[in-house]
Amino acid sequence: MNARTVVTGMGIAAPNGLGAEDFWTATRNGRSGIGPVSRFDPAQYPLRLAGEVPGFVAEDHLPGRLLPQTDRMTRLALVAADWALTDAGITPDEVPAFDMGVVTSSSSGGFEFGQGELQKLWSKGSRYVSAYQSFAWFYAVNSGQISIRNGMKGPSSVLVSDQAGGLDAVAQARRQIRKGTPMIVTGGVDASICPWGWVAQLASGRLSTGDDPRRAYLPFDAHAHGHVPGEGGAILLLENVENARSRGARIYGEIAGYAATFDPRAGSGREPGLRTAIELALADAEVRPEDVDVIFADAAAIPEMDRVEAEAIAAVFGPYGVPVTAPKSMTGRLYSGAAALDLASALLSISTGVIPPTTNVEAVPDYRLDLVTDEPRSTPIRTALVVARGHGGFNSAVVVQAPSD
Amino acid sequence: MNDRRAVITGIGVIAPGGIGVKEFWSLLSEGRTATRGITFFDPSQFRSRVAAEIDFDPLASGLGPQEVRRMDRAAQLAVVAAREAVADSGLEIDRLSPYRVGVTIGSAVGATMGLDQEYRVVSDGGRLDLVDHGYAVPHLYNYLVPSSFAAEVAWAVDAQGPCTVVSTGCTSGLDAVGHAVELIREGSADVMIAGASDAPISPITMACFDAIKATTPLNDAPGEASRPFDGTRNGFVLGEGSAVFILEEREAAKRRGAHIYAEVSGYASRCNAFHMTGLRPDGVEMAEAIGVALAEAGTAAAEIDYVNAHGSGTKQNDRHETAAFKKSLGEHAYRVPVSSIKSMVGHSLGAIGSIEIAASVLAMENNVVPPTANLHTPDPECDLDYVPLTAREWPTDTVLTVGSGFGGFQSAMVLTGEKRGTR
Repeated sequence: MNARTVVTGMGIAAPNGLGAEDFWTATRNGRSGIGPVSRFDPAQYPLRLAGEVPGFVAEDHLPGRLLPQTDRMTRLALVAADWALTDAGITPDEVPAFDMGVVTSSSSGGFEFGQGELQKLWSKGSRYVSAYQSFAWFYAVNSGQISIRNGMKGPSSVLVSDQAGGLDAVAQARRQIRKGTPMIVTGGVDASICPWGWVAQLASGRLSTGDDPRRAYLPFDAHAHGHVPGEGGAILLLENVENARSRGARIYGEIAGYAATFDPRAGSGREPGLRTAIELALADAEVRPEDVDVIFADAAAIPEMDRVEAEAIAAVFGPYGVPVTAPKSMTGRLYSGAAALDLASALLSISTGVIPPTTNVEAVPDYRLDLVTDEPRSTPIRTALVVARGHGGFNSAVVVQAPSD
Repeated sequence: MNDRRAVITGIGVIAPGGIGVKEFWSLLSEGRTATRGITFFDPSQFRSRVAAEIDFDPLASGLGPQEVRRMDRAAQLAVVAAREAVADSGLEIDRLSPYRVGVTIGSAVGATMGLDQEYRVVSDGGRLDLVDHGYAVPHLYNYLVPSSFAAEVAWAVDAQGPCTVVSTGCTSGLDAVGHAVELIREGSADVMIAGASDAPISPITMACFDAIKATTPLNDAPGEASRPFDGTRNGFVLGEGSAVFILEEREAAKRRGAHIYAEVSGYASRCNAFHMTGLRPDGVEMAEAIGVALAEAGTAAAEIDYVNAHGSGTKQNDRHETAAFKKSLGEHAYRVPVSSIKSMVGHSLGAIGSIEIAASVLAMENNVVPPTANLHTPDPECDLDYVPLTAREWPTDTVLTVGSGFGGFQSAMVLTGEKRGTR
């Protein structure tokens, strides 16, 4: 019932690196993937920067028949899943089909695909709408396509909790492993950098402005003024520890604790739910605050939200009590991919003993954060906390730990 | 922790044919159909022009003007259903720790109706590639990411526990409730507000289902257009709606003297890993989900009193599902009443799984099995007892309800009532 759950594979598609190795080389060295939007002409919009995944040619990785029926986010997710399985040394054909499931997070589905079909509908008429619109855009598509491509028939799901969803998906994957499924493909990948997605994201009031990639997304900084959207994310292979050990798999780390809370409704006067989520996740992992070696922050870059996060961290860990970082300063916020990518970063930090920096940022002194800025910090890391929040009040936290002997 | 069990103590339903549980059950038990010619927009360019629409006035249903402005129709339906469920349960949520109360809402297509309408405006009727943000409604982000549905329900009931939207296509309504049950059992929450909502009757949805001929072209007889298991069936009728439940840890529910409708005693979901919209005729994966759910419930196939079918009314689904019942229930498949309420309320995509849980629970409450309406012509491939046309008085204490959908998801849930000693 309480089988321990470990990560044995990862596939990454990020704005600053395609593949885990490229991504980590860039991230630990503070190399950003934020730049001018190239996928459409952004001149008329208040924000003209994005974190786009560079150099991804779907045809190089996927059969041609999949291309007309997939949004960019699904192509990235399918390839990231392939890489995660390869990384873990798993050949799905050789595993019983019901022993493998798929649990992904989604935020806006295949929005670019949806824009194309909506345009056909309203400019030409209903008979021009593609048959693939019946599934290519919807939130369940990545789980469905990954399960089909790899013959995975086990318990599968899709969770939507905005940018907290990546952690919720990983927790649901762990739940299924505890219930007896040996391995679950999980994580999140998003890609809504299209005009329609841009307009919908602008409505959140949380996007940054301007053209300077170094000054646009500045979490915890006095000049914080919103975020830059990015695309991509991470797909992980989660596995029952006994299963992983019996096949001699390399273990990145254990999903040791998780909790999720929701903020109180406006006007309640109650404290935001983030501190409680962190405390419950630590309790679930049976670790004390002083055991935590690094925090991967949500890093909203909205001053009020940065303050809430900083106060929650200080309340649990004490002022300057633990190193904090936000490598998403180099990728932008990846929506359903954001938390999954941070979880991958946390595992890579554990493997390499390096905390990647938060770039271009000077922390507001009031926040009393030990924010790792400018340079990577080398230090042994055994336990990492990943924090994620979603629009409306979603708070999730995951504790990952180095593999035990 | 392993003996924690989850029971249903409150129900709220908004379905075609009526607002509220009472109206919903009247429709089902009388075998009336709520499918009609589309009135929401001019359907003349579409192949399928029928749907199961709700006559829903959000203000009359208790929503405030600002709630109406910021929510897509599907979110509105979910909040109204959640409020009915809370009232029905008699639970005083403000006496609980808010962190012990969570929310899971299922939805297949989120705020499709709102997105379709808003796209049309910001693109000026599809004319602009670079759509104009100056014309966007302020709450467009809530339409973009449907986790806003769970947030709205959490605000409405003042929940601060685990909160999420489950979006697994047409099994979302079963999977959201199944997810909530798992959270109660593992101890992450004591109370879950769980259910589903979809409001997909919109031109873009009709167009894509037209393109794959999934929806019925029986436009001349809207009330008889949804024909699950009938030999003349040729597609589903799109619907809309919401059902939301109060799920409680069983011992706590008993302590406060709550009315316990049923225990969710078993749940499982599997994938067919075959095709995004296609089903293999043998039903192996759904049968596997049913078998796992029965085992979790500790229920033998022969103990099932009623099967609430997915029964969408497409050729392939009804055949697939019939095969799955035979494979998982054996000879009992031929003895147990099986029916599809989609014959009456249409197929509301992600919402219908929760609406069908509500129908299952009400069948247990009333010892009446709802019928499959419009079932006149036998199909040799669908040879079970589908309770044609009229409801049946039938002692009902253990129900199996199933769902199947795009992406290959196959889900099954077992509901167990008091007569087997859950209270």
